[in-house]
Amino acid sequence: MRVKKIYLDNAATTPLDPRVLKAMLPFLKEEYGNPSSLHSLGQRSREAIEKSREIIANFIKAKTDEIFFTSGGTESNNFAIKGVAFANEKFGKHIITSKIEHHAVLEPCHWLEKNGFKVSYLDVDKNGLINVNQVEKTITDETILVSIMHANNEIGTIEPIVEIGNLIKKVREERKERNIKTPIYFHTDAVQTFGHLPINVNELNVDLLSASAHKLYGPKGTGLLYIKKGVKIEPLIHGGGHEKGLRSGTENTAGIVGFAKAVEIAKKEMDKEYQRLTKFRDLLIEEIFKKIDGVSLNGDRYLRLPNNINISVKGVEGEAMVLYLDKKGIACSTGSACSSHSLEPSHVLLAIGKSPEEAHSSLRITLGRFTKEKDLKIFIQALTETINYLRKISPLWEK
Amino acid sequence: MFKYSKKLLDHFFHPKNMGKIKNPDGVGVAGNPICGDVLKLYIKIKENKIADIKFETLGCAAAIAVSSVLTEMVKGKTIDEALKIKNEDIVKELGGIPPQKIHCSLLGEEALKKAIKDWQSKKK
Repeated sequence: MRVKKIYLDNAATTPLDPRVLKAMLPFLKEEYGNPSSLHSLGQRSREAIEKSREIIANFIKAKTDEIFFTSGGTESNNFAIKGVAFANEKFGKHIITSKIEHHAVLEPCHWLEKNGFKVSYLDVDKNGLINVNQVEKTITDETILVSIMHANNEIGTIEPIVEIGNLIKKVREERKERNIKTPIYFHTDAVQTFGHLPINVNELNVDLLSASAHKLYGPKGTGLLYIKKGVKIEPLIHGGGHEKGLRSGTENTAGIVGFAKAVEIAKKEMDKEYQRLTKFRDLLIEEIFKKIDGVSLNGDRYLRLPNNINISVKGVEGEAMVLYLDKKGIACSTGSACSSHSLEPSHVLLAIGKSPEEAHSSLRITLGRFTKEKDLKIFIQALTETINYLRKISPLWEK
Repeated sequence: MFKYSKKLLDHFFHPKNMGKIKNPDGVGVAGNPICGDVLKLYIKIKENKIADIKFETLGCAAAIAVSSVLTEMVKGKTIDEALKIKNEDIVKELGGIPPQKIHCSLLGEEALKKAIKDWQSKKK
């Protein structure tokens, strides 16, 4: 019997939309020119890249020369954090971030700490929300960068980016009045929201923003960093001076064209998709609580991504759940230590005050464009069976 | 991600001897704070042999597979033979365990020794 595959791990990556693939194909075949070449083959690639840049810039209300293509979210976050740190260290060496950031933000920060910078890792509340007052209190005259994610990849909590952006703006103006030269920049990791929630860089008041194509049905290996005009930043990758000298390396034309196509589709379908997935999400949460005892929701019930469900299931372990569900054709993920490289449970779940046991028993279900309503029913059935079975084996579950 | 052996996955998806034993002669519990696994073994002893053994385990695939294969290895063995089982033997029996999961096999050895000790202490 062929098992029907149901993909519910869209926060990890999304499948390539066939429309994106179609847009990319010419640039993987006949349109192979190097965009830096003078001949027409190269120039056609250049045109495609610049058109893509325009589409993406328009999407977030940025200027075209504020979009810098990278290899993905991890590079964009490294670029933003280390690039700003290196360019501004003579003014101050303090950076503020949160305890629930992606490793692609936390690890550059840890590395900077080893290299003479001071980093404050802000606590979050039990739903994963940053307290804006806490950000304000943590800012000193040495602070050059605040980096807070737009929405969390594990628990889906959407952070008050507008409020933090306004705060940073206020601090900047206030520094100007006091004639303090130290700049302060605001970076947001928008990898989970780009193409899913409306983003207007002017309304968010961000100076830097990271995004990745493969989270919105585009290809892997392509990302971007929005860098507002005037932000002082050092490149991490030196070479032939591509991307205005800030990110050298021959452009990934097919990837960039695919990214732009993914953005075009998202722009058209985002509102409807938001409604559809929110409905699915709420339906699933309701059904899970109705059908299964001993389950708790991780993250904020309402201030959360429309596609994210993260639960802890008493008496079972996450990796076991994921593998049993996989056997039934369903792909999702867990914050359990057992499935991680490091054998550490999810730092996000621990930061919102969950016990290691709760983190070990967590399951993340993330819906996507290709999730159908009938998939939800199949999933609930499979999840119920899996949990019932594993609880039968478990010494820590008494019905 | 690491890869599990076919035999390990087979024990994980089709565990043997799972559940409780009513009025067991010995019970052994081992838990590992690193991974959050809890492994509980129930044994029934007859004529110095492990006549029956069952397990309950909260844990990952490796922890459940270790429990299952261990019950098969131990059933029918004398107490002395059972006490000689080392975690390496469990790993071997499963066709290997990913290095970061070796501690799961230690849990198996520990729970078995505790169950036997429990029986011995009750006997006195």
